Amino acid sequence: MYYRNLFPRDIFAEMERLQRDMQQAYDPSIRGGLRGGFPAMNVGSTPKSVEIYAFAPGVDPAAIDVQIEKGVLTVAGERTLPALPEKATLHINERFTGRFRRVVTLPDDIDPNSASAKYRDGVLHISIARKETAVPRRISIQ
Amino acid sequence: MSNNVEKTADSVRPDAGLFPPVNVVEDANGITLFADLAGVPKDKLGLQVEADTLTIEGEVSFAMPEGMESIHAEVSLPRYRRVFTLSKELDTEKVAAEFVNGVLTLRIPKAAHAQPRKIEIRVD
Repeated sequence: MYYRNLFPRDIFAEMERLQRDMQQAYDPSIRGGLRGGFPAMNVGSTPKSVEIYAFAPGVDPAAIDVQIEKGVLTVAGERTLPALPEKATLHINERFTGRFRRVVTLPDDIDPNSASAKYRDGVLHISIARKETAVPRRISIQ
Repeated sequence: MSNNVEKTADSVRPDAGLFPPVNVVEDANGITLFADLAGVPKDKLGLQVEADTLTIEGEVSFAMPEGMESIHAEVSLPRYRRVFTLSKELDTEKVAAEFVNGVLTLRIPKAAHAQPRKIEIRVD
């Protein structure tokens, strides 16, 4: 499992993270994952929503479990690769296989009930709306 | 944030791309290559065999809401690219490709030159 707050609040936490990342290049974590592991994740933000993209090619969508609990999003599942045919040689073996689990801390203003998930071209796209009150609103002066 | 990264990388090396992870399996009849190309739609995948070089390229394209700001990007370039050198006994004319859910499966059979071949005699 790889844990990191993807929504840093302050520059000091962010600098600490960078320092940790650089340190990791020399002393990788026992769980590996210098680049974050499988699936790779991109996170984006709009004023109305939080968008999470998990790059999980070749995974049966039914085998992916997406959960939001106490402001933490978990994407877990399993990827199985086709068995090696008899008398075949595996020359290059880079693709991830087995169970995976990634955890993302979400911002406070999201509405967990509004989450939706789609799987397309090997990308799992999770969209979570922010609460109405959190959307900035312009107040007109009469 | 990642937009800037993309732009910088693009201006420095226009053909810069992510290295897709692959598995390569060889059996008696040929080679099968599997490549992870998540986020590439079928029409943005490019496969090319030129002489003994196989090039796999794909443009990453997925639905993004308007005005989205990237906070964290592990897939930080908009394309994949990887090149392999093929060996002589492979028959590049008979490459078969399949692309499902971001996984490319390429089957390259071995050429039949070692096997006896019947030569057709044409009479003009």
